[in-house]
Amino acid sequence: MDGVEPMTVRINNVGKTFPSRIGDPLVALEDISIEIERGEFLCILGPSGCGKTTLLRLVAGLDRPTSGEIIVEGKSVTGPDPRLAMIFQEYSLYPWRTVRGNIAFGLQMRGMSREERDERVNHFIQLVGLEGFGDSYPYELSGGMRQRVAVARALATDPAVLLMDEPFGALDAQTRNRMQKELLLIWEKTKKTVIFVTHSVDEAVYIADRILVLSTRPGRVAGIYDIDIPRPRNRTSVEFAKIRRDVLEQIDRFEERQ
Amino acid sequence: MRWYLKIIPLFFILVVWEIAALLINNPFILPHPAIVVSVLLAPTVDILGSGSLIDNTFLSIWRVALGFSLAVACAVPAGIIIGKYRTVDELLDPVVQLFRPIPPLAWVPLALAWFKIGLASIIFIIFIGSFFPILINTIDGVRRVNRTWLETAEIYGAKGWKQLVYVIIPAAAPVIWTGLRVGFGVAWMCVVAAEMLPGTSSGIGYLIMYSYNWGQVPVIIAGMIIIGLIGIGVDMFFKGVERKKFQWMELSR
Repeated sequence: MDGVEPMTVRINNVGKTFPSRIGDPLVALEDISIEIERGEFLCILGPSGCGKTTLLRLVAGLDRPTSGEIIVEGKSVTGPDPRLAMIFQEYSLYPWRTVRGNIAFGLQMRGMSREERDERVNHFIQLVGLEGFGDSYPYELSGGMRQRVAVARALATDPAVLLMDEPFGALDAQTRNRMQKELLLIWEKTKKTVIFVTHSVDEAVYIADRILVLSTRPGRVAGIYDIDIPRPRNRTSVEFAKIRRDVLEQIDRFEERQ
Repeated sequence: MRWYLKIIPLFFILVVWEIAALLINNPFILPHPAIVVSVLLAPTVDILGSGSLIDNTFLSIWRVALGFSLAVACAVPAGIIIGKYRTVDELLDPVVQLFRPIPPLAWVPLALAWFKIGLASIIFIIFIGSFFPILINTIDGVRRVNRTWLETAEIYGAKGWKQLVYVIIPAAAPVIWTGLRVGFGVAWMCVVAAEMLPGTSSGIGYLIMYSYNWGQVPVIIAGMIIIGLIGIGVDMFFKGVERKKFQWMELSR
């Protein structure tokens, strides 16, 4: 880690248009620009269909932008990249592999030896609190535990940026709150840059350093908010409620102007 | 599963059979169960100079093993390619759809014309019979591989053969396995039918046809029972592996 490039991710005037067989092509994203600092926790917030997942997929290299450029640690993203790891909403674990096998997947694909792999896997099983479940299969785990495995698998490959696409979207409210808390603890330990997509204002205000709000189709930057409340944040505090309200009001105002 | 419930209908059939045999009173139409059992209990005895039950059964199993292996070796790779590449699928789908409904036995005359009477013809019929169930299931299995699994593989740098070996094949394996099970069932039926063709001189299918010519009805029935038992045995093997290795498929949904 040298300090030459303070920005881990630069998204420069990125747009994405999907060709459509009937009618006009679909403009999913238009002119998105933002720079993300090393170690920052950024949330991308927006209603469904605003293109937030599309934006994350562009950063992950799973799709190419129609215009603009995404630069990670000084180098343009042209495809899936070891510097980036993505965590999907659900069904991303390989059900025929154990928890260990899943966490080791990325390392195995990179040709790491078995001994090295085992050691790393042990470390990350511990980090996400899954001691004793190494030999379990995904179907034996709860939704929250499965997402911990997905987080461990991503972290094990030591990426510069962790991309998370509504990772807790399929969980019940209680589990979701606990997972947010634990993710923050892991983030503080690993100092990774995180880009986290959500449609929940509550989640974004609780978890993020900064929130990038996207407007409905075509997705544009509707606002960028710094969340200055110190962590651990209290969801029931007056301060939390105030920021939450501000963000919601500004989203409304932006939508009305459109 | 209560095993004694499964015994009841078998026992019932045996009783009806015995009564029918008593009433008909003609061993050339329906021999008593006891006589059939005595044939089954002496599987190594040579039958009218055409080999024992055991010899002929193993010969049939060997033929099926050859034809079936050949079908697996061709249908699985073909299915993976068709399932993975849409263009290949569109290109070959009409051919597959055209050949699939032709019953394996309709190929017999052509098989005889091409390979003459003998092992090659029988293997060919078995091959044709088991090829399509395996192919169709493999295509289906590969096509149903979850997109997120493939994208996760891409994220971690698994492309090309790595993606194939570590994601596509294990993900499609349960469905491919079902194809193998169905394919083997068809292969087993094909071998018996193919061995009944004129000119064949060995195999369990031949033995029961030959026994018919000599009026040996107990051997016919004993042969049929063996065919059934082997069919069940192999099917149970396939299902056992399925339960052990691929239970994630059921439990993950």
